[in-house]
Amino acid sequence: MGGAALGRYVVRRLLQTVPVVLGVVILNFLLLQLAPGDLATVLAGEAGGAPKEYIDQLRQRFGQDQPVLVQLFNYLRNLAVLDLGYSFRQSAPVLSLLLARLWPTLLLMGSTLLLSLSLGVGMGLLAALWVRTWKDHVISVAAVIFYATPLFWIGLMLILVFSIHFGWFPTSGMEDVVAFNEGMARVVDIAHHLVLPTITLSMFYLALYARLMRASMLEQRGLDYVTTARAKGIPERTIIVRHVFRNALLPVVTMAGIQFGSLLGGSVVVESVFAWPGLGQLAYQSLFARDFNLLLGIFFLSACLVVIVNLMVDLIYVLLDPRIRIG
Amino acid sequence: MSDPVLTIDGLTVSLPPWSDRKHAVSNLSLAIGKQEIVCVVGESGSGKSIMGKAILGLLPKPHVRATGGRIMLEGRDLLQLPDEDMRRLRGGRIAMIFQEPMTALNPLMKVGRQVEEVLEFHTDLKPSARRARVLQLMADVHLPDAERMVNSYPHQLSGGQRQRIVIAMALALEPALIIADEPTTALDVTTQAQILHLIRELQRAHGTSVLFITHDFGVVAEIADRVAVMRHGEVVEAGTADAVLRSPQADYTKALIAAVPGLRPRVKDAGTQMPLLVVRDLEKTYVSSGSFGRASRSVKAVDKVSLQLGRQASLALVGESGSGKSTLARCIIGLETPNAGEVLLDGERITGLSREQLRPHRRQMQMVFQDPFASLNPRHRVRDIVALPLRAQGRLDRAEMAKRVAEMLERVGLSAEQGGRLPSELSGGQRQRVAIARALVLRPRIVVCDEPTSALDVSVQAQILNLLAELRRELQLTYLFISHNLAVVEHVATEVAVMYLGRIVEQARTAELFRAPRHPYTKALLASVLTPEPGLGVPDVGLGDAMPDPANVPPGCRFHPRCPVAVAQCGSAAPAPSPRPSGTVECHLAA
Amino acid sequence: MKTFWQRFLLNPRVIVGLVWLASVVLVAVLADVLTPRDPFAIVGAPFARPGGALWLGTDSLGRDVLAGLVHGARTTLLIAVLSTLAAVAFGTLVGAVAGYYGGVVDDILMRTTEFFQTIPSFLFAIVLIAILSPSAMNLVIAISVVSWPPITRVVRAEVLSVKSREFVQAAVVAGQRDHAILVTQVLPNTLSPLIVTGSLLVATAILIESALSFLGLGAPNQMSWGFMIGAGRSFLRDAWWLVTIPGVAILLTVLSINLIGEGLNDALNPRLADL
Repeated sequence: MGGAALGRYVVRRLLQTVPVVLGVVILNFLLLQLAPGDLATVLAGEAGGAPKEYIDQLRQRFGQDQPVLVQLFNYLRNLAVLDLGYSFRQSAPVLSLLLARLWPTLLLMGSTLLLSLSLGVGMGLLAALWVRTWKDHVISVAAVIFYATPLFWIGLMLILVFSIHFGWFPTSGMEDVVAFNEGMARVVDIAHHLVLPTITLSMFYLALYARLMRASMLEQRGLDYVTTARAKGIPERTIIVRHVFRNALLPVVTMAGIQFGSLLGGSVVVESVFAWPGLGQLAYQSLFARDFNLLLGIFFLSACLVVIVNLMVDLIYVLLDPRIRIG
Repeated sequence: MSDPVLTIDGLTVSLPPWSDRKHAVSNLSLAIGKQEIVCVVGESGSGKSIMGKAILGLLPKPHVRATGGRIMLEGRDLLQLPDEDMRRLRGGRIAMIFQEPMTALNPLMKVGRQVEEVLEFHTDLKPSARRARVLQLMADVHLPDAERMVNSYPHQLSGGQRQRIVIAMALALEPALIIADEPTTALDVTTQAQILHLIRELQRAHGTSVLFITHDFGVVAEIADRVAVMRHGEVVEAGTADAVLRSPQADYTKALIAAVPGLRPRVKDAGTQMPLLVVRDLEKTYVSSGSFGRASRSVKAVDKVSLQLGRQASLALVGESGSGKSTLARCIIGLETPNAGEVLLDGERITGLSREQLRPHRRQMQMVFQDPFASLNPRHRVRDIVALPLRAQGRLDRAEMAKRVAEMLERVGLSAEQGGRLPSELSGGQRQRVAIARALVLRPRIVVCDEPTSALDVSVQAQILNLLAELRRELQLTYLFISHNLAVVEHVATEVAVMYLGRIVEQARTAELFRAPRHPYTKALLASVLTPEPGLGVPDVGLGDAMPDPANVPPGCRFHPRCPVAVAQCGSAAPAPSPRPSGTVECHLAA
Repeated sequence: MKTFWQRFLLNPRVIVGLVWLASVVLVAVLADVLTPRDPFAIVGAPFARPGGALWLGTDSLGRDVLAGLVHGARTTLLIAVLSTLAAVAFGTLVGAVAGYYGGVVDDILMRTTEFFQTIPSFLFAIVLIAILSPSAMNLVIAISVVSWPPITRVVRAEVLSVKSREFVQAAVVAGQRDHAILVTQVLPNTLSPLIVTGSLLVATAILIESALSFLGLGAPNQMSWGFMIGAGRSFLRDAWWLVTIPGVAILLTVLSINLIGEGLNDALNPRLADL
């Protein structure tokens, strides 16, 4: 495949994301219509959040007396220039609030993806190699249990055991703010804070990927091309590593892409349990402040993140699977 | 036979306790001599494939095991060999060619690399030497453009090309024995002949012995030195190919050989000339819509086809997969809507009618589908399946309906008790009888038969073909018979139309077409037919092995890129149909 | 060859799952008989440890944890089952129409379904409830709105595969009418994957409901397991049982439903289970 073809493919996939993003914006607008009160009061944080002049200004801006479609158009126009509005509860533009909270969430997601994918794939692989032995059963039972456990409860149990009882890890936050750590010390401190939230958020996905990987390995091992490889006299270990593993990985990659949206949802819960200062916690706060402008901004940004991740997964897929036609 | 390469002595392979029988192979003995091709023939469930796997040590462990006997190769008993020694033997001294070239290769690895792997694990060759050997092997199996081919992925190759790759793999280390398990069954007829030709050629050039597993006596006649016929895990007859084919001893062998249609044209009653069904300039194009900058792809499956079907005639539409024969039939029966052209049933136009308007016409025209495992609703009882057309047409009361269904079941050879069963409780042949009963219960005048025997075992195929022939005479039916196999058609058709890439390229009375084919494609198809007559030798039909992409039909005569006799004119101008004694032919050279 | 029921009921995992789930359902149905008092009523001193007069102790306000657990089972199960039924009904309708009629209808419906699958579903549920205000009804709405796409995809895929099967074409050729074909030929053959997906969806619904209740978005004035954990989390240091007990209840219930769902799958598709 040429670089130019890949470039065209990226552009085409980017274009395909436009309707999704547009859809989220329209959905946001419809939700605002559902909320009690008019658009301006809702956006300004319902009753009393904003000065009267601002609400009037908003009314004017969206043309409150205009037909709904005109209001929608105005809403779209604002979003097109990334004007996500102003949060009076937090006294800051929504966009800057979001950007400030973005990286802690990305850090948590990244470490979770890394942990759940590597451990999940590894456990699934081992379970498949040890299929129908006691080791396989231990892994499978553990996966079934993790798969059924609510995230927030795992978080609380981990705090109970490892923070309160053993005192190994901090109970909340992203860093020790009074210590004023810098450089390497700060990195270590953040990593220390990151351990429990990452484990909490990883459990479910780890179980999911392990189960999927196991099933996928077993399915691939029964396929004709594996018999061909055996008939060629290739050692079993090489067949697993070189032939089966890569084929078995494909559905896991697909699943990781599909699950990214749910990972973001999970982070709302986990961040609120560990007071992790990310988008999820911001969403939790805006929820109770009835700060809809901020909440919808978070929803919009999350949807954009999902779209970007899906695009990345598709690109990874092109590298992994030659059957995908990008031309 | 002197000095066998492989000797199987009293081999027994046991099945797990929950299977319907105890042994897949019981007390089987067989020997394969040097440079010999031995065909093991049997239907599904005969144990022939299990035997192949047992030789290679690839039985699905732990449930299926060899529990008795010996398999001797070059002085060693393979059943006693440690796993590691067995692995070294596989690919080295014994190699295998599989049935499904579509799935036999790893989809994520370049094919050259997959061939190279054999050398990697069995030789000390340096990478550069390995690559040179791979290129040599590509040339040996007649793959064009080897440099490009080695860097292709399996999905970029045609079925025939993939099978050549698998053969290259098997040949890589000049094994003493190659086991070929139905290597041509999944291929188109013209490709099948070429692959058989290749196996024979390579076997002679390299002095390899071949154990060839097949269900088809046509294949046996082409390729075998000796034959062993298997049934229920045992050898029922063995001998030289000549002896078994010319004077089979076991009844089962006789039945199998009789089931393969030969190519001796017989006189048939031709239908009267009053056409019952007229198809005029029918066109069907499939467009897969492109989204966001992807070009839409349009495939002309049927391209301005006209044909007539006389009363009580039987017209066979013959072609390889992708020829458009099934699409044409589906347009005629109203399962697809043609883009242009018309279909007249007894003088009345039925194209352009809505499904609802078409319903009354269904009584005139019914269909028997290809796969009786798929064409019967698994949740309905046989009796209800046969009654469905009556119920849908809704003109009979309950008692009358039950009577008609019972009569019909009896007529196709099913008992009343079988009428109360579910399809899953019937065999393939019985299911196809149910499907025939369903098609005939409305007493239609035309029956479209879409490859009605291709999903069945050979010995059952003949019974179903005979039943269809009987019913046609008795009920004065008109058949439109679709097949990829000219040999099958010879038994049931009064006329044959050969399709290629959406056009009927030649049409004539059956006897005439078989005796004097005019179109080079018809000639190639006839030459590809394998007959159970020994000593004819493998024909080389001289076609490139892949049909062109139907989305890019070649200009001029659509057959010219594959045609062995094409001239300059063929690439520029499309031939018009020209008459022949009982039909037409579309070829510049035959006109 | 064993029958479906033999394969299903002789599976030890299924038996474990059925026993637990049946007990939870029984407790939920008999909640008012087992613990007649209002679960919000104060019955003793706060933070009474489990194992005393009140089996599972009391919470920070002196409410009976056992009563909460029993009534919580009712709320959680009811909301999960209702939202699953709504999601299955809607998803089946959309999937069947999209799969059977195809073409433009299919395109529009499936683009929409994909859209709902792309957006982060739990966040969407939060936004929905925040805007609609928390109530049992709105919980059911929010959970079903984020749960139907998988059902649609399963049903559509099945309908597409069944529709192209020859027995459906045979029904067309026989002259059966469209809606009759959809109802008598196609849908009955899509039932098994639908049952499996639907049963697993109940487990997901319980997880969503308890997470929403945990965040304080549950039905007000209805005791639920997630709510109990949310209320107990501030006292984790001193009263571990307030969080642990309802959490175990959620875990076991979700687990039992998953075991039953997988047992159904194995029993309905025996080829994998038998080898």
